[in-house]
Amino acid sequence: MERDTDIELRLLIEAIYLKYSYDFRDYSGASIKRRVHHALSQFECRTISALQERVLHDPGMFMQLLQLLTIPVSEMFRDPSHFLAIRQEVVPLLKTYPSLKIWIAGCSTGEEVYSMAILLREEGLLDRTLIYATDINPRSLEKAKQGIFALENVRAYTQNYQQAGGRRSFADYYTAAYDYAKFDKTLRENVTFADHSLATDSVFSETQLISCRNVLIYFNKKLQDRAFGLFHESLCHRGFLVLGSKETLDFSTFGKQFEPLVKQERIYRKL
Amino acid sequence: MDRPGSGIEAIAVGASAGGVEALLRLFGQLRKSFRLPVLVVLHLPNERYSQLAQVLGHRLAIPVEEARDKQDIQAGTLYVAAPGYHLSVEADRSLSLSLEEPVHHSRPSINVLFESAADVYGSNLLAIVLTGANDDGAKGLARVKELGGITVVQDPAEAQVSTMPEAALALHEPDHILNLQGIGQLLAGLE
Repeated sequence: MERDTDIELRLLIEAIYLKYSYDFRDYSGASIKRRVHHALSQFECRTISALQERVLHDPGMFMQLLQLLTIPVSEMFRDPSHFLAIRQEVVPLLKTYPSLKIWIAGCSTGEEVYSMAILLREEGLLDRTLIYATDINPRSLEKAKQGIFALENVRAYTQNYQQAGGRRSFADYYTAAYDYAKFDKTLRENVTFADHSLATDSVFSETQLISCRNVLIYFNKKLQDRAFGLFHESLCHRGFLVLGSKETLDFSTFGKQFEPLVKQERIYRKL
Repeated sequence: MDRPGSGIEAIAVGASAGGVEALLRLFGQLRKSFRLPVLVVLHLPNERYSQLAQVLGHRLAIPVEEARDKQDIQAGTLYVAAPGYHLSVEADRSLSLSLEEPVHHSRPSINVLFESAADVYGSNLLAIVLTGANDDGAKGLARVKELGGITVVQDPAEAQVSTMPEAALALHEPDHILNLQGIGQLLAGLE
């Protein structure tokens, strides 16, 4: 027999889908449950049903809940050895293309986007690259467009950047003001920020490289496979797929349609 | 009527300071034929690659792996949480990783593992809190008990650091307070 809270959780997720077209139905259950319980205390709701009533009748309330359901934990050059491997193993191959399209799927507040743009600029590729940075959370996308990050985090980012094979002084890329670092806006001249859901939307362009890091861990196997299917469809022949450090194609039906280029760093190539 | 513990499907374990040695001593008692899956959260410095699975794997008779996202839980295997990620159990008895915020400065968090495992296994879970220098695991262990599971706390007198067992005892009365040898016998008797 299902527990009442499990029934309520499913009803909430269904209500969100029917009313707002955000589809969390195939997210990993344990994490979404924790997020919703966190929301209950945040919004002082006694039950998930009470939260559902407020969310259903108040779009503003839904937007607040969405901030808790999505997990904006990110940093620039997260896992430096990953970016070093992209620089050393992937960039030489990317340089053979006359023009490039790169998709950063689930870009959250933009840290991955600016990291990639900096790497591409240093490798002389940014001018001929179009980057699509997509996410389901409009507030995160808005923040990503601003390119303003808390200065207190920049010290860690600087260290990451250096370990990732950065060629300049990291401070060349931002100006510090008060407690914030504002990143060079020319980094995002070729970036298109767009609302896109891996759960409900389809492929919008052919790409040479897709970066989707620490997004798929929140999906169940079925939704992971949907996302891998989109990536497979979007990537050109021998295109690159890069994932988060604990994400893998090993348990997916698409595992056989990619080969690892640098397995330890989760860099794959479409077969 | 089944004897107590005969329906146990999985074992969840939390440890912190002094944990490697305690895990070796506890699970060193298990034979290769042990059939229950074991899920372990050990607090570690936040390094991307941990040697814990190799260290345990070399010295234990049961197979040891670092838990991977969306991996099906296999009988008789000990899974250790990957550093920097929470480890949860999903309803289909697979594992999932998450970068949600640390709980009491810990990621992986013992509470996160215990609560999600209790949710899935209910009364068929046995959870153990071992040595450690913080109070992670106490809330999770109480939740295991609330959902009918069996709870075990390492005797604080034996624990290398007694803070974590004591914090667990302060929150609820477990089914067993045992030393490592006693816990090992309890586990062997589940088979």
